[in-house]
Amino acid sequence: MKLERRLSQPWWLSVAVPVGSLVVAFAVMGVILALTGHDPGETYRKIVEAGFTGNGALSATLISATPILFTGLAAAVAFRMQLFNIGAEGQLYLGAIGASWIALQFGDRDVTSTPLFVVAMCAAAAALGALWALIPGVLRAFARTNEIITSLMLNYVAGLLLTYLIFDSSSYWRDTSTLQARSFPQGKPMPDASNWPTFGSSVVVPLGFLIGLAAALVVWVLYSRMRFGFEVGVMADSPRAARYAGMRTRRKILAVMALSGAIAGIGGASQIGDFTYTLDGSPTGLQAAAFGYTGIVVAALARYNPFAVCLVAVLIGGLLNAGYTLQGPDFPSGLVGVMQGIILFCALGGELLLRYRLRIRRPRTVNPVAEAAS
Amino acid sequence: MGEQVPATAVTERGAGPLGASLPPAVRMTGITKRFPGVLANDGVSFEAASGEVHALLGENGAGKTTLSNILTGLYRQDEGEIELWGERVRFHSPRDALDAGICMVHQHFRLVEPFSVAENVVLGDHRGEGRRVLLRTAATEQRVDELSERYGLAVNPKAKIWQLSIGEQQRVEILKALYREARILIMDEPTAVLTPQEADTLFGTLRTMADEGKTVIFISHKLHEVKAVADRVTVLRGGRTVTTVDAAPATLQSLATLMVGREIEVAKPLEQARQLSDVRMLEVDGLTVPGDRGETAVDGVSFSIREGEIVGVAGVAGNGQRELAEAVSGMRDIRSGSIQVAGRRLRGGDPRAAILAGVAHVPEDRLGTGLAPSLSVTSNVVIKTYRTRSLSRGPLLALRRMRETAVGIIGRYDVKTPGPGTPVRNLSGGNLQKLVLGREFADDPLVLVVAQPTRGLDVGAIETVHSYLRDAAAKGVAILLMSEDLDEIRALADRILVIYEGSIVGELPAGSASVEEIGLLMAGGTRE
Repeated sequence: MKLERRLSQPWWLSVAVPVGSLVVAFAVMGVILALTGHDPGETYRKIVEAGFTGNGALSATLISATPILFTGLAAAVAFRMQLFNIGAEGQLYLGAIGASWIALQFGDRDVTSTPLFVVAMCAAAAALGALWALIPGVLRAFARTNEIITSLMLNYVAGLLLTYLIFDSSSYWRDTSTLQARSFPQGKPMPDASNWPTFGSSVVVPLGFLIGLAAALVVWVLYSRMRFGFEVGVMADSPRAARYAGMRTRRKILAVMALSGAIAGIGGASQIGDFTYTLDGSPTGLQAAAFGYTGIVVAALARYNPFAVCLVAVLIGGLLNAGYTLQGPDFPSGLVGVMQGIILFCALGGELLLRYRLRIRRPRTVNPVAEAAS
Repeated sequence: MGEQVPATAVTERGAGPLGASLPPAVRMTGITKRFPGVLANDGVSFEAASGEVHALLGENGAGKTTLSNILTGLYRQDEGEIELWGERVRFHSPRDALDAGICMVHQHFRLVEPFSVAENVVLGDHRGEGRRVLLRTAATEQRVDELSERYGLAVNPKAKIWQLSIGEQQRVEILKALYREARILIMDEPTAVLTPQEADTLFGTLRTMADEGKTVIFISHKLHEVKAVADRVTVLRGGRTVTTVDAAPATLQSLATLMVGREIEVAKPLEQARQLSDVRMLEVDGLTVPGDRGETAVDGVSFSIREGEIVGVAGVAGNGQRELAEAVSGMRDIRSGSIQVAGRRLRGGDPRAAILAGVAHVPEDRLGTGLAPSLSVTSNVVIKTYRTRSLSRGPLLALRRMRETAVGIIGRYDVKTPGPGTPVRNLSGGNLQKLVLGREFADDPLVLVVAQPTRGLDVGAIETVHSYLRDAAAKGVAILLMSEDLDEIRALADRILVIYEGSIVGELPAGSASVEEIGLLMAGGTRE
């Protein structure tokens, strides 16, 4: 038995492999569940119910899916150029900082138009996220540093900045209006008009999710139909060929990092406008959710396709959401982690089969010519 | 896996004179080796006697290198047997082959650059000197000196590898084999890095080794070399053995026919100077270009090329040809000097400026620089022109017109591909080169920079590429041709520049230049 590189990929394989990987994942998990004394069928039924079919489950899933839709797109945009921006996490924090700043400013100036809030918050978040992503971008383009390291390290800087703004300073973001707020640090509440609208009644769709879908469409057009995406494709495949063809590699690195950071930043704005309505500086709050890192997994599972990112974000969102529901006295949270891990492991492992194939070789047949000669 | 004896030990070491009674030094029968999608060796049989220089002749892709890699234990054959001096062997690793007395000098040398010659020679000699905890450097150096004298391989055993020329490094590789008392030496395309004179010296060394009863297997696709050095020639074609013939009665024409499988013309130098206009398309003046490590790779080079002229740059590999080509095409920054295309000065280090000025470039590294391997034929065809008005509407791509352009080039330049959507990585070398040439010609360039246009191509593709280049010149394109193949330069160029250590050391009209004359200049103008 050996692994061989595939010379071509049949079209059906890109559907069959992810589906097959999921089947394998659930089979493996079924064994683990049975061994730990849980009924696999019952558990899976609960997951589907809690994540998707139950009362209000889809609404909760969309809340989980929204931030990882943004970070997933952010990762996909950069990874398609072989630019490994691991910094969506920090870029999302910066987006949240920017969005909350503009919302508080507008509140101070008695702006009441929600659409104005939405546009301004997205713009500020995108700008700040892009700037944050440009730090590793500039370093990569002009000093050839490894963007994986720099963008990852900046996540910690961004996290500490977030904590500092609320916990260790009397910043503009911190609520110091009451004695209680002064002793238990928290962010200022946003003005009511800055709360983003939701849509639908039986299933509540947050505005952020819709903005995420729109962003996915924009990314698709940009990457599949425009010169921008063509250049990204060439640079991803062969930087030398891109230079040879007269493409401006440095500019493109900056543009792609900025785009990636901007999308992650808007994810931060959506957190403020859609869900938290305040800047959450706690190390156990926004920072513990690890949306940026989950986004990388989402992008990888979606094979960097923006539409697939939407789908995978909802699936992973449902899984995360079901995880919260499943946890209880008879179902430890560790098991939920194991389950999510196995699904990811199988899905990513399946990738290997897309690019390679297993060949099972029959025992060596003895060559009659050689036999006769010897 | 069966009944094979894992015998690697060859008991008898007495290499006798050439005789019919003795079994051949090497006998390979029915060797088959498959790679994914490729049958590299298909039942190849090969026999070489002690005391002969045996050439393995074949085009690129005929299976020569695969066969020698099997003989040196780098690959294991899927089927077939190897016998050495009549004893069946089975190699499990390159070390087994070394122990059996087989050494190979690869095209790309396996030397440790910061080490001295003597250190490189003992390196990997796990039976003798190399096993000692403390190296007896003086003893090794003395032994190396003895060997180099006996075989005419002049090299200083104390010198570090990085200080040596490519030709000297090759001698170190041969010394390594001699030091290990190899009885079978395989040389893979050894003359690509040598001047014709150096090649002659090498042939002398190989002859000496053969006269002592060693077996030399000489891999090449150059007919006249094979004729010059070999006793017998085994011809491979398409992974199969065609035949084995004696070298002496064979003619270049008969060998070529065996190698290619059909009648071909052996390339002849241009006999008559063509009439050329006086318009200078490319003017290079005092050009100095840094190499990859910041050293001066091209040193104050000046020349010009007229409309429709082909100027060939001859030189031993690594004397600045690549850097010169990259500088003219904007791929590499220039340190000083100027490049002018049709009277307009080019901005250095800016490929886009060069493209806009009308410089087309066929790079040495086709797949990776000239083409993006995973992208489709279509994407690669428009890789330079996607931003022009005919192929995009504003920032949007005109996908259908891109595809039509690709189909046009595929048809006009006879590129064999399953379709315009196929990743170019799946195309053969000849078709890749046709694709690159087709794309570069499509823009009506003024200047064409071509580096190693036929390296790795089979004879049919070489003929096609040459005819495309001649056609382009006939249409008035000024062509700067870099090639390590002197025959190619002589067959195509109107004028030959010889480059040595980054400087142009000679300029000759193609018609009257002799190989000896060019070779002498390639070696820096001094006889060694």
